[in-house]
Amino acid sequence: MSEILTLAETTALLLSLRISGVAIACALPFAFMTAWLLSQRRFTGKSLASGIVHLPLVLPPVAVGYLLLVVFGARGPVGSWLWDNLGIRFVFSWTGAALASALITFPLQVRAIRLALEGADPGLAEAARTLGAGRLDRLLNLTLPLALPGIVSGAITAFAASLGEFGAIITFVSNIPGETQTLPLAIYAALQAPGGETEAARLCLLSILLALLFVTVGEIAARRLWR
Amino acid sequence: MSLEVRLKHRLGDFVLDAEFATHGHVTALFGPSGAGKSSIVAAIAGLSRPRQGRIALDGRVLTETPRLFVPPEQRRIAVVFQDARLFPHMSVQNNLLFGWRRAAARARAAARARAAAKAEAATISHVVELLGLGALLGRRPHKLSGGEKSRVALGRALLASPDLLLLDEPLASLDAARRGRSCLISKDWRGRRSCPCSMSATRWTR
Repeated sequence: MSEILTLAETTALLLSLRISGVAIACALPFAFMTAWLLSQRRFTGKSLASGIVHLPLVLPPVAVGYLLLVVFGARGPVGSWLWDNLGIRFVFSWTGAALASALITFPLQVRAIRLALEGADPGLAEAARTLGAGRLDRLLNLTLPLALPGIVSGAITAFAASLGEFGAIITFVSNIPGETQTLPLAIYAALQAPGGETEAARLCLLSILLALLFVTVGEIAARRLWR
Repeated sequence: MSLEVRLKHRLGDFVLDAEFATHGHVTALFGPSGAGKSSIVAAIAGLSRPRQGRIALDGRVLTETPRLFVPPEQRRIAVVFQDARLFPHMSVQNNLLFGWRRAAARARAAARARAAAKAEAATISHVVELLGLGALLGRRPHKLSGGEKSRVALGRALLASPDLLLLDEPLASLDAARRGRSCLISKDWRGRRSCPCSMSATRWTR
């Protein structure tokens, strides 16, 4: 790999993969719970809740990054509490980049899982009940496996989208090589430096290949898993 | 066995008002489509909650508005649905074993000797042979014909060792050639296992 990519490029690539992987994996259980609540339950303020969940999709990522800074920053209410009590710090750290990516791509995961849950035949749950399956039993043996294609394709789409996250990351955790400088941030940095166009073009090509790979894998996975 | 049903239920403009008590082994509900047969089946199984009424099976009260409602998973009433409702992500074998596993676990937990013996007797090989499902066990439901689906659904319900078996339009989806045979099978099964059943049908060609 080092023969094709420079050390800096490899670092940015691996960091991007790590940040996106952690972001999607950590957000997945919450996305499933949210999708389940939005699709199966009736409660007041559901439209508002759905709107809030989808907010990161339509808000400028810079605004999301700014809000994260306000809440999770060193002097923010949550940020200072986490630092004082648990020693966890998000600002200027790759975990902060993962948090930002998770939040931005959260609606993508929720949407895919929600569609899968709503597409499931409610008659199957009825059949399972008459055969003696309780609530948890149905969740584990019916709802989850039936929603699996949606979960997988949602996670892969969100992962691919997360690789391209720029605004929220650079606002929240800045552009630190080896710590928070993912591929898009590395492209930006290369463009800022004099004579960095070739480097930017190489990183851009790498991003395109990566995105293409994951979107295709997502498509195939969704089709294979369905039945 | 005895089954008592009294219910009033409103579905849009349609008001279902039914009352009957039965002591036979087989009870059949006849009526034109839209008469509410499936609604009665759903109410007995606990899949719908009547506005008003009482449902009891062998003296065990399952529904008594407004205070008592046993959820379907605790009723031990299996339903063979019109549209089979097989689980698409499971093989035929795992579909057949779905209710059987849970009935066996429940019997073990409660140490109910009669139910345990019943579950034991309901061996899968017996049902597989009876309904001719041997060649289908490894297949997924979407690879089955309509008639095959119905037979798997019937087998799945029988293997749950229910106290009552409800068949919703059991003849509608079975291919004509199999009709005679499956009627005989249900009879045979009832004789051996004393599993009463109720069915709804719009027409009975035999």
